[in-house]
Amino acid sequence: MSSSIIEAESVLAVDIGSVFTRALLFDVVEERYRMIAATQVSTTVGAPFFDISESIFQTLTRLEEITGRRLMEEAHLLLPTQEDGSGVDRFVLTFSAGQPLRVVAMGLLEEVSLASARKVLESTYCQIVEQISLNDRRKPEAQIDAILRARPDLILIAGGTDQGATRSIAKIVDLLTLALQLMTAESRPEVLYAGNSAITKQVCDRLEPYVRPRTVPNLRPDIDRENLMPAQEVLSEIVYLRRSHQIGGLQSYSTISAITPQPSLRAFGRMVQFLEKITNPPLGVLGIDLGSATTGIAMARSGTLTTQAIPIGSGFGLAAALEQSPLESITRWLPMHVPNEAVRDYLWHRTLYPTAVPTSLEYQAIEQAMLRQILAQVANRVAPDEGLYGFEPILVSGYALTQAASPAQSLLMLLDGLQPIGVTTFILDPYGLLTALGAIAPLNPTLVVQVLESNALVNLGTVIAPLSSVRYGTPILKVRYELESGETSSVEVRQGTLVPLPIPNGQRARLHLQPLRPLRLTPTGKDTARSFKVTGGLLGAVIDARGRPITLPTDSARRRDLLKRWIATLGG
Amino acid sequence: MMLPAHHILPLTHLRRLRMLTEKGRVLVRSGQTVEATDVIAEAPVPGQHLLLDVRRALGVQRVSDAERLIERRVGEQVEKGDILAQTRGLFSRLLRAPTSGRIVAIYKGQILLEVVSQPHRLLAGLPGRVAEVFPERGAIIETHGALIQGAWGNQQSNNGVLTVLAETPDAPLKPEALDLTLRGSVIVGGVCHQPEALKMAAEIPVRGIILGSVSAPLLPLVASLNLPVILLEGVGHIPINHLAFQLLTTNQKREAYLQAFWNPRLSEKPEIVIPLPAAGKAPEEAVEITVGQTVRLVLPPYAGSIGKVIQPHSSWLQRSGQRLPAAEIELENAQRVTVPLFNLEIIA
Repeated sequence: MSSSIIEAESVLAVDIGSVFTRALLFDVVEERYRMIAATQVSTTVGAPFFDISESIFQTLTRLEEITGRRLMEEAHLLLPTQEDGSGVDRFVLTFSAGQPLRVVAMGLLEEVSLASARKVLESTYCQIVEQISLNDRRKPEAQIDAILRARPDLILIAGGTDQGATRSIAKIVDLLTLALQLMTAESRPEVLYAGNSAITKQVCDRLEPYVRPRTVPNLRPDIDRENLMPAQEVLSEIVYLRRSHQIGGLQSYSTISAITPQPSLRAFGRMVQFLEKITNPPLGVLGIDLGSATTGIAMARSGTLTTQAIPIGSGFGLAAALEQSPLESITRWLPMHVPNEAVRDYLWHRTLYPTAVPTSLEYQAIEQAMLRQILAQVANRVAPDEGLYGFEPILVSGYALTQAASPAQSLLMLLDGLQPIGVTTFILDPYGLLTALGAIAPLNPTLVVQVLESNALVNLGTVIAPLSSVRYGTPILKVRYELESGETSSVEVRQGTLVPLPIPNGQRARLHLQPLRPLRLTPTGKDTARSFKVTGGLLGAVIDARGRPITLPTDSARRRDLLKRWIATLGG
Repeated sequence: MMLPAHHILPLTHLRRLRMLTEKGRVLVRSGQTVEATDVIAEAPVPGQHLLLDVRRALGVQRVSDAERLIERRVGEQVEKGDILAQTRGLFSRLLRAPTSGRIVAIYKGQILLEVVSQPHRLLAGLPGRVAEVFPERGAIIETHGALIQGAWGNQQSNNGVLTVLAETPDAPLKPEALDLTLRGSVIVGGVCHQPEALKMAAEIPVRGIILGSVSAPLLPLVASLNLPVILLEGVGHIPINHLAFQLLTTNQKREAYLQAFWNPRLSEKPEIVIPLPAAGKAPEEAVEITVGQTVRLVLPPYAGSIGKVIQPHSSWLQRSGQRLPAAEIELENAQRVTVPLFNLEIIA
């Protein structure tokens, strides 16, 4: 390790996912921080080990094999780095494995305080199992029974602006107090109070004989203002606390972790927010982490981060995704004929084996069709009305999307599923780097910046998706691009086509768009720059002129031909 | 590389943990013999409640006044009509218990009455011996016999006489094969695509159903049946693997215990246990993959196939383009295939 960098230190970041445990090792090489090695093994949260120690041990063994550096002594991580260079200086742990937190949300108004409570709870791995509000028509005893039946890990109380309702809140707290009395001390949930700050003390006084409530500033200090961040911070701690009881070994590894182990999505979100700060506001940055159990969305705009953990995914979350998807929305993306029954049976069978991987091209195509549908649900969450627009870049993490057979497959799944509008660059994070860096950021921001500069993320390419209402096949755009070498090319783009621009990976180029027909690069049609610089990705840059939403031919044979043509256009 | 074991064993020593989710009372002692239906532990479960407002009933204003007038205490059992609170004087007002129950809380002039409370009863689930007791929590039950694990279960349990209706591992379960003579049986079919067959089995009623697979549209029905259903392979048209089929066939007419509990996040699998009067040895739960091991393949096109490991590979390029740890397997029909380890389970 070089001594020329102040505080130079090696860091090992481990992420415990539902299916995979990933480990990334960072250290200084030639006076700059680099990711030295990364590996992943199956998570051992379930049978037969019921303990994360086994999968962490396996990742460390692999890292030792890859780097030739001794990291363990008697199966324990060596902390800090020893004189002979073995071991690491810091260890950080993130996790997404485990059951979602069961939460009862209590508030005054369904559309106000409970809506804010839901936003907080959706920001991490929670499942709302019961809601109680003033509009609730059940008798108080029925509400008490509902709380008891829900067997919550957490009760979140919201409601009342800071100068607003106190009696209504008191009524809800009384109801909860009664329910808490009926629970045994060990089964009582965590209670988080995030309502009218003026009565925080009275609320605590009432609850304290039974629980030690946590308090945060009001989620809705004013009717038209939300303050979700403090509650999200505390919620992360509660998620860790509860999961440390569910996941064997999590507690013991927390004692050597340089930070309290935190939910992966929180660390991922922190990096998305950081990248938004250092890139180019007013455009936002969008991060999608499509995991086995949960799809995490992190969206940063104007300095504000919003995260959502949607309980759908490619493995453990597949059944939930299937329940929300008409079969036709999946089969429409298949480039070969597979009977509907076979697709349905395969996908439901796949829900029973969340860690399995498809081996034939046909089953791989079915899974990729399903991923498109999951991405469509993500797009609908991010931009339910006007389409996905205004993110530069879109960061993509998760095994299913980043480990596709080719970059073209990854990009086409993203384009078909998300259907972005305007100019967007797609960046893949195949190693789970963003989550690791998000966890390290509070400890060592220098490491984060230097590793990001080291091209450890994969640029798939910039996509320009114009909107035009002309007929299929009509020329809509002429694109001229100048490479750094001075070489210039131009291409005509027709409506309904995908056109790759062969800009070499890593090279800068200036693009000039010359509309041949009326077209828009924003949903509203507000004018945007028609000449801008892009950096070539693995697929150069791509013009996606297929329109929004993408309309596929109703004739099955034609549809399949078109899908095959699109993937071939991008390189297969 | 260690892989989880999938059990299809003609004779094994089985130890199964039975635990309450809340603290309760354990009703068995170590060494005791139990039947599957014996209650080994129980825990209180909150029942339905009634909230009685003393202030409103007695017409008093202050909470303190109301609480002073309450004549019963928390924890007391009351019968319907018992006086719970009353005002003094010539024209006293009364609050009577509207039903029998137990007072579980008195708070701000309100009485909370628990009116129905059935404790949660934890059953042994298997006939056997109590190997170990965990005070206030549960016990380990041990037994010897055949064990077959499945891929999916509908979270129910029961036992009955094992009756194999399927002549071949892929024979469809049809309504016409079912009649009242099967009442009390655990029936085995190959595959099922007809909802009528499942409905009829439930109407008879049989005590449990074992199948290789069902088609996807039948999953909601199977999940809702009030009897245990175990799918040994999964969803689609997947026959029962021949090892399991052989084991079920050779144990016909024996009592089979179905524990159709399934939690993929914890790798919990549904199980069929057939107790036998012989001693087996405890199975391994995780096994290092080696040449010659028997494995089960889980994903189509080989779902439900059994094979032998010819050669493990630490990294293998799939047709899909991914590089993954894999193993070359010889299937029973002598076909050789290489599949990712993620798609294999070692039969142990």
